[in-house]
Amino acid sequence: MIRFIAMRLLQTIPVVWVIITATFFMIRFVPGGPFTAERAVTPEIMRNLEAHYGLNRPLYRQYLDYCGSILRGDLGPSFKYPTRTVNEIIAEKLPVSAELGALSLCVALGLGLPLGVLAAVKRNTWIDYVCSSFAMVGICIPTFVMGPLLILLFAIRLGWFNASGWYGPIDRVLPSVTLGMVYAAYVARLTRGGMLEVLSQDYIRTARAKGASEARIILKHALRGGLTPVVSFLGPAIAGVVTGSFVIETIFQIPGIGREFVNSAFNRDYTLVLGTVVLYAGFIIGMNLVVDVVQVWMNPKLKFE
Amino acid sequence: MMIPRLPRLAALLGALALLAGCAKTDPASAEAAHGRRPQVLRYGNTNEPQDIDPQVVQGTPEDHVIKALFEGLLTADPKDLHPIPGLARSWEVSRDGLTYTFHLRENLRWSDGSPITTDDFLLSWKRMISPRLASEYAYLIYNFVAGAKDYYDGRITDFSKVGFKATGPLTLQVTLINRTPYLLSIIANHYAWNIVPIKVLLRYGALDERSTPWTRLGNFVGNGPFMLKEWIPQERIVVVRNPQYWDAASVKLDEIDFFPTEDLAAEERMFRAGQLDRTQEIPISKIDAYKHEHPELLHIDPYLGIYFYRCNVTRPPLNDKRVRRALALGIDRESLIRNVTRGDERPAYAVSYPGDAGYTPRARLTGTLDDARRLLEEAGYPGGAGLAPIQLLYNTQANNKQIAEAIQEMWRKNLGVASELINQEWKVYLDSQHTHSFQMERAAWVADYPDPHVFLEIWETGNGNNDTLWSNAEYDRLLHSALSAKDDATRYEIYQRLDAILVDELPVIPIFYYTRPYLMSPKIRGYWPNPLDNHPFKDIYLED
Repeated sequence: MIRFIAMRLLQTIPVVWVIITATFFMIRFVPGGPFTAERAVTPEIMRNLEAHYGLNRPLYRQYLDYCGSILRGDLGPSFKYPTRTVNEIIAEKLPVSAELGALSLCVALGLGLPLGVLAAVKRNTWIDYVCSSFAMVGICIPTFVMGPLLILLFAIRLGWFNASGWYGPIDRVLPSVTLGMVYAAYVARLTRGGMLEVLSQDYIRTARAKGASEARIILKHALRGGLTPVVSFLGPAIAGVVTGSFVIETIFQIPGIGREFVNSAFNRDYTLVLGTVVLYAGFIIGMNLVVDVVQVWMNPKLKFE
Repeated sequence: MMIPRLPRLAALLGALALLAGCAKTDPASAEAAHGRRPQVLRYGNTNEPQDIDPQVVQGTPEDHVIKALFEGLLTADPKDLHPIPGLARSWEVSRDGLTYTFHLRENLRWSDGSPITTDDFLLSWKRMISPRLASEYAYLIYNFVAGAKDYYDGRITDFSKVGFKATGPLTLQVTLINRTPYLLSIIANHYAWNIVPIKVLLRYGALDERSTPWTRLGNFVGNGPFMLKEWIPQERIVVVRNPQYWDAASVKLDEIDFFPTEDLAAEERMFRAGQLDRTQEIPISKIDAYKHEHPELLHIDPYLGIYFYRCNVTRPPLNDKRVRRALALGIDRESLIRNVTRGDERPAYAVSYPGDAGYTPRARLTGTLDDARRLLEEAGYPGGAGLAPIQLLYNTQANNKQIAEAIQEMWRKNLGVASELINQEWKVYLDSQHTHSFQMERAAWVADYPDPHVFLEIWETGNGNNDTLWSNAEYDRLLHSALSAKDDATRYEIYQRLDAILVDELPVIPIFYYTRPYLMSPKIRGYWPNPLDNHPFKDIYLED
C-alpha cells in the first residue's frame, strides 16, 4: 500500500506542474491586468507599479521566478492587497472555508445517510417516497435560492440568526445547512442506490437466514458495501466543500477562500489566482488518493495496483 | 460507523438551533457599563479595502475607512463640502494664486500620542511623489506642485527643490505651477494629500517602500477622529474614538463597524435583519418596493457622476458628428429613467454636472427626432439605410444591459438604426476601452472632488482617460487658459465654452447624471446628503 501511495504521489508532481503552468499563462493572456482601472493611471505611474511587482520583466523570467518561489513555499505578494501575501490570505481564509465545509459535511452525512438507508430498506413504501422526494428537492433547489429563503425565514422574520456574517458559533448554522442540504440530497440518493444493490446480494440473504437481526444486517453487513458510491462521491465533494463555496460565502458574507478564489480572477490578482488554483488542485488530487485507498479497504475485491 | 453517532450530531444541531433563539451574535450589542448606550454606527462598505494607507490605495471603500482614521490639512463641510479647517486652523493664498500658506493647530497628536510635526507633512508628501512607492494618485500632487513632476520622473533628486516648505514650526508653504483654484477642494475631499506617521512607517521599512506592514493592527497609527481597534479581512473593520484627536470632544460616535458588503442583495438582507445602519447601495429591483413600503428608509442622493456613451471618433460611421448627434437625439432619456434605471436620475443633455461647485452648463443638447432623421440623411444614411449595426460595448454589471437594450430599441424605432450589443467582463471591457478596441461603449465618470474641471479635463488631446481619441485644438487651448483665469467667474465662463464645444461635437453622448440610492436607519443624525457621498463621521450620531 505504501508503494501504491508513493507512486501516486510521484504522479501528482507533473500534474501540479501542468496546472501551474497552464494557469500562469492563461491568466496572463486574459485582457486587463491588476492595475487596469476605469480611471487610467498616468503612464509613468503604471511603469513604476509594474516595476514594483516585476511585471516589466519578460514573461518567461516571471514564470521561472514564480516556479522558484513556489518550490520555496512562497506564493508571492497579493496585487490587490498591497500589504498582504498570498500565503497569509490562504492561511487566514482556508480555515474558515474548512470549518464551513466540515459542518456542511456533517449536515450532508447526518441527513443523507439515514434517509438513504431508510429509503432502501423501506423500498417502495411512502417512507421511500418521502426520502426520495427530499433528495430530489434538495438537488433541484440551488443554494442561491435556498440560502436567501432560509435567511428570510430565520434571520429576517424570526430574528434567530444574523442575515450574514461569521462572528459567533450561531452564524455557522444557516450556511452549513444551506450547503449541507445539497450534498445531503446526493448522499441520500447514492446511499439508497448502493444499499439497494447490496441488499439483494446473496450474503445478505445468508445473514438473514442465519437469523441476524435487521439492524445488524443493515449496519454490519450491508452498509459497508452500500456506501461505496458515496465514498467515491465524497472525495471530490470534500475537496470542493472544504476549499470554499463562492456562492455560499457570497450570500452569507463569509470570509472564506471561495470568494478569494473567484474575486482574484476578476481582480487579475495573478499570484492569488495561482495560489488558490494550486491549493484547490492539491486538495482534489489528495482527496482522490484518499478515496482510492478507502475504496480498496472497503471492498476486498479490489487490490492496490 | 456513522449511524450510531447521528443522535449526538442531531443533538448538537438542535442545541445550536436553540442557542440561536437567545444568543444572536451582534458585535455591537453590549451595553456600556456606565449606563449610556454606546453610539455604534454599523456601516455597509461594499468591499474589503485594499489597505488603509492613504498613499497606496485607490477606491471608495478605502476612502470611507481612511476618512475615519485620518484627517488632512483641511476637511469638508458636512453640508456642502466646502473646505473647512482640519489640521490647519487657517490658510492664505498669495495674490497670484500660486503660493498657499497653511497654519497648523498647536498640539496636534498622532493616535499613539506622539506630536504631529511639519516633518510628517513634508516627508509624507515626499513619499507620495516617490516613484518607488508608485502611488496611483501621485498625479494629484505632481500635476499641481512646482517641481513635483520633475522629482517623480527623477529629473531632480533634491526634494527641497519641490514646492513644499516648512516656514515655521507650525507653518507650511506649498508653491504651485499654475493657479489651481480647486486645490483646496482636493485637499479637503481627497486622501491623496493626507499625511502618514513617518516615525511609525520607518519602523517597518524605507520611506518610499510599498507593502510594509505599518498599517497592520497593532502597528497602525492615524490622526483622525477614530483609531483602529479591529481588522478581520473580509469580515469587519472596527474603529473607535481617538482621544488624541484635536477635536475629540465633538466626536459623538463611540465606534464605527465597517462591513465589506460586496453582494448588494446580502447587504440589503443584513439591513433588514438589523445588522447595518446604512447600506452602501440597494439592488435596483428593490427600489420600487422601498418607495412604496418604507420610504423613510430609502434615500436617493444626487451623485457627482455621469453615465454616457463614449464614441471612438476614429471609426466610421461615428467619425461623422452628424451620426453621433442623430444617435444622441434618438435617446428618450426621461423614458429611460422612468422605466429602466428608476433611481430618480437626472437626464443629461451636457457633459458637466449641473450645480457642481456652483457651475451649471448652459449648453444643452436640443433637437427633435425629425432633426435626428434629417442629420442621418445628410450623413448619407436616410432612415438608417446603409448603416452597419452600431457595435455597443458594455460591462456585464448593474443595469448596463437593460439600459443598452432600451437604447437599442429607441434607435431602431426612432431612427431605423440597428445596433449590436457586446458585453464584456469588467477588466476585459476596460482593456478594450484603453486600447480603443470599440466603436461605442457605455462609460461613466465620477468626480473625486467637486469642481467642473473634473468633467472637462479628460477630453483634452492625449489625456490618459480620453479614450474617444477626439481632439480639438481650441478645446485644449481654452482648457489650459482656464487654469490661469483670475477668478472663478472667468474660469466658469471658459468652461461654458468647453461644454458648448462638447455638446456640438459629441465625442461622448451624455445619458444621465447618477444618483445614489441606499438604505439608512432613521436613527442617524448629523448627516446631510451631498453629491460626493462624503459624510464626515465626526458629525454623525445616533438618536435612540
